[in-house]
Parts: sequence; C-alpha cells; structure tokens
Amino acid sequence: MLELHNIRKTYVSGAQQTEVLKGVDLLVEEGELVSIMGSSGSGKSTLLNILGILDEYDSGSYKLDSTLIRDLSQARAAHFRNRLIGFVFQSFNLLPFKSAWENVALPLYYQKVDRKERRRRALEYLDRVGLSDRAEHYPNQLSGGQQQRVAIARALIGKPRLILADEPTGALDSTTSDEVMQLFREVHAAGNTILIVTHEQEIAAMTPRVIHLKDGMVVNDVRQNVKA
Amino acid sequence: MGWVDYDRWEEILGSLSRHKMRTALTALGVFWGLFMLVLLMAASSGLENGVEYEFRDDAINSLWIRPGRTTKPWKGLPEGRQLFFSNTEFSRIAALPGVEHATARYYLSGDQTVTYGDKVLSFPVRAVHPGHQYLENTIMVEGRYLNDQDVEGVRKVAVIGERLKDELFGDENDVIGKELQIGSTMYTIVGLYTDTGSEYETRVLYIPVSTAQRIYAGTDRVHQILLTTGEMPFDDMQVLEQEIRQLLAASLIFDPEDQRAIWVNNRAEEYREITGLLRVIRLFGWLVSLGSILAGIIGVSNIMLIIVRDRTREIGIRKALGATPASVVGMILQEALVITSVAGYLGICCGVLVVSLLRGIEEGYFRSPEVDWKIAFSALMVLVISGLLAGWMPARRASQIHPVEAMKA
Repeated sequence: MLELHNIRKTYVSGAQQTEVLKGVDLLVEEGELVSIMGSSGSGKSTLLNILGILDEYDSGSYKLDSTLIRDLSQARAAHFRNRLIGFVFQSFNLLPFKSAWENVALPLYYQKVDRKERRRRALEYLDRVGLSDRAEHYPNQLSGGQQQRVAIARALIGKPRLILADEPTGALDSTTSDEVMQLFREVHAAGNTILIVTHEQEIAAMTPRVIHLKDGMVVNDVRQNVKA
Repeated sequence: MGWVDYDRWEEILGSLSRHKMRTALTALGVFWGLFMLVLLMAASSGLENGVEYEFRDDAINSLWIRPGRTTKPWKGLPEGRQLFFSNTEFSRIAALPGVEHATARYYLSGDQTVTYGDKVLSFPVRAVHPGHQYLENTIMVEGRYLNDQDVEGVRKVAVIGERLKDELFGDENDVIGKELQIGSTMYTIVGLYTDTGSEYETRVLYIPVSTAQRIYAGTDRVHQILLTTGEMPFDDMQVLEQEIRQLLAASLIFDPEDQRAIWVNNRAEEYREITGLLRVIRLFGWLVSLGSILAGIIGVSNIMLIIVRDRTREIGIRKALGATPASVVGMILQEALVITSVAGYLGICCGVLVVSLLRGIEEGYFRSPEVDWKIAFSALMVLVISGLLAGWMPARRASQIHPVEAMKA
C-alpha cells in the first residue's frame, strides 16, 4: 500500500544544508492504523509532507498504491492529493466562510462532482462523524472537537487510499481528543489506512503500530495490542 | 473548467458575498474611478460644447470694421470728428487682395413694421451686400440669397428667416415670390434661410443695402463693413488690418495712428483664443481622466495584492485538498474580473445617470455634457486588465508555495 525506500531530504538555506531525512524505509499495509512519533526536529513533519505529496524528496523511492510518486508536475500532484490522500490537520484548516457541509464537500468540487451530489455525500459523511445537525453551521459556530470531526469527514469524503493526520488532537482537550481518536478507530475499523503523526504518548498508545523517528531515521517500529 | 461552469460561478459568487468588505473595497475603487472619469469627461465636454456654442454663429476668419470718432487733430482737421463710411470705402476695402467675401451693413433704427395680409408684426431688418451670407453662416432653405443685381438695381427684394416665416405666414408654404410690406414699401420674397445661430438670427429680414440707403436714408452711408479672409494666416490678417487702417485714413482723412478713429474687430484673434482655450480644456480633461484611471489602477492593484495575501491560507487548504495551481489562479482572477467589471459598469452607468440629470444645464460656457462610451468602456477594460495583471502575479506566487507553508500563514 505504502512503500518508502531510503528516502532522503536535505533543506538548503543559504550556505547551510540540513539533512532532515537520512534514509527512511517504511512499509505500511492496506488497512493499518499507524502512528509516527518523534520529537520536534526528528523529521516527522517533513516525512508527512512527502507522504502527503506536499513536498518532494531528493532520493529514494515512494510508492503509494503501487504508483511511484516522483517528479510530479504541480497539477499531477494536486490530482493525486485529491484522489489518494485525505488530510486532517492540527489546526483543522476549515475555510471560515464555508458552512460545515460545504467544507466537507470541497474535495468533491475538485473531483468535479456536481453540487447536488456533493451536498448529499457531505451530509452523509457529516452524519458519520455525528454532526448531521450542524451541516449549516460555520466553523466559528462549532467547538474545536466538532471542527476536527468536520475536517475528518472532509478527509474521508473523497474515499482516499490513505488518511494522513498531523497532530489531529494537538489543539484539543483530553476528552475531545479521546472522542476524535475514537472516531479514527471507527474509520480504521471500516477498512481505511491511517497514518497519525503525533508527539503524544497517549495517542500513540491507541494505535496498533507505532513508528519512532529520530534524527531523520526510523529507530523503532513497534506493534502492540490495543484495547478496544 | 470553462466559463459557463456553474459550480465555478457558484464558488465565486459565494466567496464574494461572504467577503463583503473585501468585495466592497475592490468594487469601490473601480466604481469610483470610472464614475469620476465619466463625470470629468462630461464636464470637460460640456465646457467644450459651451465655448463652441457661444462662437458657433459667426464666420471665423473675419474683420468687422466700424467708424469711430477721431482723437487726434490731422491735416488741419480737429479732433473729436465723427467719421462715416460710405459705399466708396466699402468698394475700396472689398477690392483689397486677400478679401474673400465682403459686405456693408446699413442699420435701420429699431425693428420695422412688417405687414403681410392682415398680420402686422415687427422684425429687425439688415441691409447688406450678397457677401453677408458668408459672414453670418446663413443657410438657404428655399429660393436664393441677395445677389449683385439686387444691389445694383436697387431692387425691393427680401430674404426672410424661418422664424419670421412661422410668425408671419403661419402654415402657409411657398412664400417665395410673395410680397410683404416693410414700413410702407412692398418687397418681394426671394429666399428663405435658416441660421446656426440663436433664434433671433432667423427673425431677421435681409434687403439689399442700396435699397435701404435709397428708401430709408437717401444717403450712400453704411454703418459697418464686414469681410472674411478665408484661410488667411493670422499674421497676414494683422497686415490686412493695417492696410485697411491706412486706406481709411487716407480716404476719410485721419491720423493712421489714431486707434479710436475706426474700430476693427479681428475675429481671427478671438477664434485663436477660443481654439486655444478649447485645446486647454480638452488637455485638462484628458489629464484628469488619465489621473482617475491611474488612481483606479493603483487602487485595484493594491487591493488585489491584499486579497491574495489574505487568501494565502485558503489557497494552501485548497491545494492540500486537490486544487491545481491553475485552478487557484483562475479562481482569484475570475473573482477579480467579476468584481472589477460589474463595479466598473455600475460606475459608468451611475456617472451617465448623473450626467443625464445635468443635461438640462445651459449656464454660460457650459452646455450639453456628453460621455464618450468608447472611452468609458476602454477605461473599464484598462482597469479590468490591470486588476487581472495585478492579481495574476501574486496569485501565481501564492499558488506555487507549499500548502503546508501557506496554511501556517
């Protein structure tokens, strides 16, 4: 499903070169729920950007769903992001001037699904995250947890092969965090592949597989039993 | 995505209506620019028309000469002598090289009683030479103007204006050949004319100068000599003016340096001043218009820069969700296009509305303000295009940055 071989990435700023990823190897099967842990500076954000086709890598290879992701044009990268990946961000990143359902429906707009169908499916996914009664609300009328659930619905609506979550509970209190994680597990149980980047031990404890990243390398890959 | 893409329009209209402040500011810039442009164009054209109107009537390159009173003794003659022109002076001046058309005027004092059938009205009468037609821009509608035979034969013929015909003849047509009575003398109508000048001009009756001299005065005096000089350059006209002074000084015996002995009104001088003034007005209009367009361009460009910066985060989110750079740029530009063209169009319309309310104003040198639609819409195009250009560069830059960075903005 997801294959990384010897991924390297160096940032150049002025005369200074910083090697952020020093040969990352990673294999994720379809249907896995994985968390990637690491302190800041471990390269986990860079790795997430590469996985999300938001950034390019210097050497190595990245295959997503047996498609080699390499040297894509911006338009092609946008197409893959749209079709293959669903994003959930720490700061939710909902468009403030769009209602909940319109936010959820946005990926379908770029798939050129017509408006009626977009609305129907957006309401369906809002229902799945338990917010069918908030469809016409705007982000500033929703709590943090509700906003993140809207964002998750938005990540799911395009039926992506991979869901990438970047510190999805970072901006939430612990009760809400648990609710959001519960939702991720439900989504996982439905057969989705999910990668969660986090630095919180409690979050990682809820996923069956934890990958530890340090100084741009995978230092530990743990499989664990998670209580339901 | 095409232009008729319903979704795209929905997206754009939604975005515009939910960012009212942003939309209003952009719209205001363009609206105001074009509104002011239209008003200024109208103002300058109104001024131009007004000035042109004031001077529309008289032939342009002309000299108007009338006798005055001497202020210097000359050749034994005392100062303070009233001078008079006669047919002699007229013939000599008319024969000068460079004179195109010439006429004398003999004024009958006040309006004359004019009788036709049982109608008795009073009208102004001018006794002139045939050349007068060219000095007043008299346009013949029917029949003919006075000719040399009329003057030589001292014929009792008259040329009447349209206004006089309406007043005196009412609905009657075919006035040529009919007779009317001026004072106690019968005249045959030989022509009907119209005039570009004021209403007064078409109430005037023209009769041969010789007829008036004989019937009403019994002299060969004339009150005024008028002449046109065709395409003569301004400097040559001043030379001609001097020649005429010399000629009259010799003929009427006065000091050629005596500026008050005769009065020469050089209309070319006026004409030159007026055309100069018109040029200044037009130039001023253009400068101000360019200024308001420039201000519009700067305003639109500025607001586009701000809009793009304001939308960087949105662009990042859209890109993460699968928007291509082209669709991002397209979205921003299409929005800009919609706002600027709609606001600009409204600006033009409001401007035209205000101008049409002012249309009735005919004050002094201001009349019939006009708006040149071609210029107005060209200006609109310029503003729309500059808005697009101003939006294009930052939009393109924004569409290139990484979604992750954009979302941090």
